[in-house]
Amino acid sequence: MSALYNFDLATAWAFIIAFAVFMYVVMDGFDLGIGILFPTITVGKERDAAMNSIAPVWDGNETWLVLGGGGLFAAFPLAYAVVLPATYPLIIIMLLGLVFRGVAFEFRWRDERHQTFWDFAFFGGSLAAAMAQGMILGALLQGVEVDGRAYAGSWFDWLTPYTLLTGLGTVAGYALLGSTWLIIKAQGRALDHAYRMAKPAFFVTLGLMVAVSLYTPFLEANYYSRWFTYPNVLFAAQVPLLTGIIVFALLRALVKRRTHQPFLLSLALFLLGMAGLGVSMWPHIVPPAITIWDAAAPESSQIFMLVGTAIIMPVILIYTGFAYWVFRGKTGEEGYHS
Amino acid sequence: MFDNADALILARIQFAFTVSFHFIFPAFSIGLASYLAVLEGLWLKTGKSLYKDLFKYWLKIFAVAFAMGVVSGIVMSYQFGTNWSVFSDRTGPILGPLMAYEVLTAFFLEAGFLGVMLFGMNRVGKTLHFTATLMVAAGTAVSAFWILSVNSWMQTPVGYELSGNGQFLPGDSWWPIIFNPSFPYRLVHTVIAAYLTTALVVGGVGAWHLLKDKTDAHARKMFSMAMWMAALVAPVQIFAGDAHGINTLEHQPQKVMAMEGHYESHPDGAPLYLFGIPNEKEQRLDYAVGIPKLSSLILKHDLDAPLPGLDTIPDQDQPPVGVVFWSFRIMVAIGFAILGLGLWSLVARVRKKLYDWPWLHRAALVMGPAGFVAVIAGWVTTEVGRQPFTVYGLLRTANSASPLDAPAVAISLAAFAAVYLAVFGVGTWYILRLMKSPPQPGERGVKHGEKGPVRTAGITPGPVQGENVQPGGPKGRGMADREMAE
Repeated sequence: MSALYNFDLATAWAFIIAFAVFMYVVMDGFDLGIGILFPTITVGKERDAAMNSIAPVWDGNETWLVLGGGGLFAAFPLAYAVVLPATYPLIIIMLLGLVFRGVAFEFRWRDERHQTFWDFAFFGGSLAAAMAQGMILGALLQGVEVDGRAYAGSWFDWLTPYTLLTGLGTVAGYALLGSTWLIIKAQGRALDHAYRMAKPAFFVTLGLMVAVSLYTPFLEANYYSRWFTYPNVLFAAQVPLLTGIIVFALLRALVKRRTHQPFLLSLALFLLGMAGLGVSMWPHIVPPAITIWDAAAPESSQIFMLVGTAIIMPVILIYTGFAYWVFRGKTGEEGYHS
Repeated sequence: MFDNADALILARIQFAFTVSFHFIFPAFSIGLASYLAVLEGLWLKTGKSLYKDLFKYWLKIFAVAFAMGVVSGIVMSYQFGTNWSVFSDRTGPILGPLMAYEVLTAFFLEAGFLGVMLFGMNRVGKTLHFTATLMVAAGTAVSAFWILSVNSWMQTPVGYELSGNGQFLPGDSWWPIIFNPSFPYRLVHTVIAAYLTTALVVGGVGAWHLLKDKTDAHARKMFSMAMWMAALVAPVQIFAGDAHGINTLEHQPQKVMAMEGHYESHPDGAPLYLFGIPNEKEQRLDYAVGIPKLSSLILKHDLDAPLPGLDTIPDQDQPPVGVVFWSFRIMVAIGFAILGLGLWSLVARVRKKLYDWPWLHRAALVMGPAGFVAVIAGWVTTEVGRQPFTVYGLLRTANSASPLDAPAVAISLAAFAAVYLAVFGVGTWYILRLMKSPPQPGERGVKHGEKGPVRTAGITPGPVQGENVQPGGPKGRGMADREMAE
């Protein structure tokens, strides 16, 4: 019935999944970023405070990753069935990294003698998960070999200079989010440290973003024409222009030691990065072979979920907001009994 | 060295390993979340600090178990795609939405309120904190609802149409898919199993401390509550299990044949085999010891009802009998052992000796981990009994796997095994260490002498900015805060 109907639904779901992924990147990004920065944070009170600034919320943050994966499985099962085998080792590394990261929140307090080990697990797990996520993204962008309805490449196709670049870019970007989050939550020496870390994280992120942006259009003719041919360029050029403005504002906020601005502007930077991604990929969900319409589940599946999502998602956002509000403000380095 | 058959068997081992490991934690956290809600509710209602102490004591254990459940669960949510991509492509339109609903209605709820439950005691009022506890408990239950619907559909698929490219598409209505024929039985049986498992753990910890000091009020309360649960709920579980078995006979007869060891058809009443060694090669049960006609009585409620055996099923459609036969017996044996423990505690209670019979306490201690064994054995029975299909009768396991090279699966399996055994081994050790000391009056959630903040009740990660959250502080919350925190 309904090329048009299906068009709307598949598009809607592409945006919902992009939203889930963005929420994940935003929320778990700063969690993982703090993990990545953990070795630079002084052992003792400052580390405890950094850990405590995310301990009450990391669970909810990570749930967005499950929604991204689950939503893909539900709305675009073919894409799910192709992308996961194509990036198999990266997915396994990400999952195992998240195992270490997740249990470290509990374990590092339980046994002081092994705290150093669990601090290292927190750092290593966060680093591995972030790197793997960035490389998965890169692997998707550089194209996946598909035959019929299945992945047709071998299990190391994802490893290229380009994916290493996107992996490092993600690590640096998360470190930027982590350090700017700490600017909001930390005080005293830890606050100085957060400002100090934010600057290199910012410059490295910027450099890698530029490198990835310059590399991407040359991966595929499609991408190139999307960015550099008239009239596309008029539309596409908005992304780098806006990025330039954000970059300037972020640098200024860091120099002037603003509290909330650096984090919010870092988020804007990520949002623009994702928009750039969308410009390159659209309407493919697995470049170069599979579009969102090829991969879409039947409309009855997509409608069934859309109803639930439309009702439940606002509720989720409200109580997630509530949980953040409960734990608002600066974090002390030590829990206390009142 | 490796071929596709190796990749398949490795993928199956990997799935069995990761799902068994994962399943332990939700089985515990479903029950424990409800127990925590009961304890906090009783505390708010009676004002007795005993309940608050128990609440905080078990909250610490819950925090560790929940974290392990979350991280192993994330692995599960991606495992469908990594190792079973053909299955994912085919079943995605049906199972995907059910799992997405699990995320939306359960995972976010649990995770969103967990922080408030663990850390929020001095930040929100009593009522809000209790609400958070209830939400976490509700989240675990809702999660069970959806994931068991998914699993049950794979066992008893209905309400689908097959598309040209081999996908299962939803039919006119989602209700038959969600409430598929085996789902209600499986949900009831599994959720009760989770409650019993938790009761055995609580009872075991209570018994351990009673053996050291039978006057310990906290230990007494834990033991008593757990034994009530075992005595009252174990019979219900046996009844539910029986109903589930009859449902399975109706929809998955070969699974029941394997569970019962019925290689041969029994035209006039089938025996219940108490013992026997399945002999796959010869297709018979060696050294069989059985009670005549009892199997027909249990399954058909008729002594002479005929029961067909595996000889009526083509070889390539038969489940592996040995594993199913034994895991089923382990589950049933533990079920009756729980019933026995419950009845024993009733006798002790009637004679007013509940806290005075060391052998009862020793038995409860030994039974402490038995629920986990029963839950895993039951899971193995139902999952291996479904073989050789992933979607019963429709999609073969051999046709469900990802097109992966065997070395990739082998390496990831080794990595999972190493990481899981190390991480969850340590976690279990931490939990046992928490259980080793009894709940204290004024339980703080932090062991005496243990420094630093512990992620648990009464401890908050730092004060609120610009707001003095001291006892008797602003906003009239001071009294409640003080009471909550100490």
